[in-house]
Amino acid sequence: MAKHATPLLDQLESGPWPSFVSDLKAQAAKRAKNAENIEFQIPTDVVEDLLGILELSFKHGRTHWKHGGIVGVFGYGGGVIGRYCDQPEEFPGVAHFHTMRVAQPGGKFYSTEYLRQICDLWDMRGSGITNMHGSTGDIIFLGTTTPQLEEVFFELTHNLNQDLGGSGSNLRTPADCIGEARCEYACYDTQALCYDLTNEYQDELHRPAFPYKFKFKFDGCPNCCVASIARADLSFIGTWRDNIRIDQEAVQAYIGGEIAPNGGAHSGRDWGKFDIQAEVIGRCPTQCMWMEDGKLKIDDRECTRCMHCINVMPRALRIGNDRGCSIFAGAKAPILDGAQMGSLVVPFIKVEEPYSEIKETVIEPIWDWWMEEGKNRERLGELMKRQGFQKMLEVMDLKPVPQHVQEPRHNPYIFWKEDEVDGGWERDINEFRKYHKR
Amino acid sequence: MEYEEAKQKLVEELTKKLKSKSKFYFNDLANILGEKPRDAKKLINRMVTDGVLEYWSSGSTSMYGMPGTGKQAAAEHEEK
Ligand code: HEM
Ligand code: HEM
Ligand code: SF4
Ligand code: SF4
Repeated sequence: MAKHATPLLDQLESGPWPSFVSDLKAQAAKRAKNAENIEFQIPTDVVEDLLGILELSFKHGRTHWKHGGIVGVFGYGGGVIGRYCDQPEEFPGVAHFHTMRVAQPGGKFYSTEYLRQICDLWDMRGSGITNMHGSTGDIIFLGTTTPQLEEVFFELTHNLNQDLGGSGSNLRTPADCIGEARCEYACYDTQALCYDLTNEYQDELHRPAFPYKFKFKFDGCPNCCVASIARADLSFIGTWRDNIRIDQEAVQAYIGGEIAPNGGAHSGRDWGKFDIQAEVIGRCPTQCMWMEDGKLKIDDRECTRCMHCINVMPRALRIGNDRGCSIFAGAKAPILDGAQMGSLVVPFIKVEEPYSEIKETVIEPIWDWWMEEGKNRERLGELMKRQGFQKMLEVMDLKPVPQHVQEPRHNPYIFWKEDEVDGGWERDINEFRKYHKR
Repeated sequence: MEYEEAKQKLVEELTKKLKSKSKFYFNDLANILGEKPRDAKKLINRMVTDGVLEYWSSGSTSMYGMPGTGKQAAAEHEEK
């Protein structure tokens, strides 16, 4: 018999889809039975009280969680999100129900052993409820009490070789795609860069001194598997400067049907014979492909590296050899000013250890500017809007280039500064009058 | 700025503001100190380590306050 009756939540189990209510009930039952004899360090019935307070919220049409809190592990200003409920007498199991963000490993590779270890730790010292993974990318531990925070942190850092992630006005846990570990589209080693910057900027991750959150995300190619272009204040997206490598024999094999397009991904249904004109050439957004004497041609100067043709014919078309990344700034979710995608700031930069150019000419100048000029709770993308893209180029000491123009004639105003113009604003009026009447 | 001087200045100002405010953004503190963010950060970090200041977080935003101040403080320091 459940501790609290939850008729409203029970209703959520009635649909055809998986239900978090069923999952929570299963977890509640597992803790009640405790077949593994775990020495629970927080109330055994935490999950039942969670269900109970959610039911109450549904009944009242209002939340019973308070906002925020003074929790954290010593010396860290992020990684723990304090959550307290306002009905601790009725639901003591969730009087504190803090979230811990645990930095996910690069590319989210785990060994099963590691997963067991973190789950064992969390079963003992928390609710056992996790969220794999949060929107920041972290492993999310949902629900523990204040005294357990240091204990969990100690275990993570001393025995599991793992750190807390970022939250609050900090650098957030950097997130990357699997990159070169598994993917031949990767134009740089996303995991190496992600790992290096995570270590380099430990202070920014753990001690809040930014106006607001700041995210780095790393995609090995423009397929953007971690959606960096939409979700990161600085997005690092792999690209190449030279030409797409074409294997004409393989092109013919796709045309002839010997190789399935898209790696066979659309084989669930018969789409008819592969038609390179319709499916590749006709869909190239810049129309820079054509067939000539039975050979596929690409005008690479026009190619925007959209990845479409490579995704369709991965065995015939490969990323170029002169690789690096493009850097975009200012993507954010729609809290103020609407959602924004990243704007291209650095069209191409080599990605080579120790990444000094990326750190010294891109990341740090941007941070210096934002830390000084950003208002409280202002994301980089909002500061870019408020002070202008031109201002950002100035603080980064970058010259405007055509790639910075999103579309022609969007903004017709270009202001020259006096020192950028030969002779400045001064003129010799007598000289001028020689040629121009009053 | 010297650490002791910064500490005194900050505690004084924050105490004055306590009637209306118990939580402060990082920038508010940097402004009180009159230091650039990076320099202010070094001082403020040390004050947190020394227990002069503490972090407060909503999850998405971080603030700073003096320990034991603010309306939620009683509930949050709930050592029984
Ligand atoms: C109306 C109320 C709420 C609002 C507007 C809100 C807003 C947010 C926002 C904006 C974030 C993203 C933080 C960031 O990464 O910067 C977040 C994260 C989070 N919040 Fe809330 N929140 C609310 C209530 C709650 C409650 C009641 C709980 C738990 C009892 C909660 C638990 C969490 C957790 C666990 C995360 C981290 C999720 C992740 O990283 O995947 N929130 N919330
Ligand atoms: C009627 C109740 C609920 C609904 C409809 C709901 C729905 C959702 C949806 C649609 C998402 C986004 C999933 C995605 O992006 O893939 C989500 C994420 C999440 N939910 Fe729930 N949820 C509910 C209750 C809860 C409860 C009770 C908890 C915790 C105890 C919870 C914790 C979370 C967390 C931590 C995330 C991840 C947030 C993030 O990615 O940042 N949810 N939920
Ligand atoms: S973003 Fe590109 S390189 Fe990274 S996993 Fe996806 S397809 Fe591969
Ligand atoms: S990558 Fe995109 S833009 Fe470039 S040739 Fe292929 S389809 Fe065209």
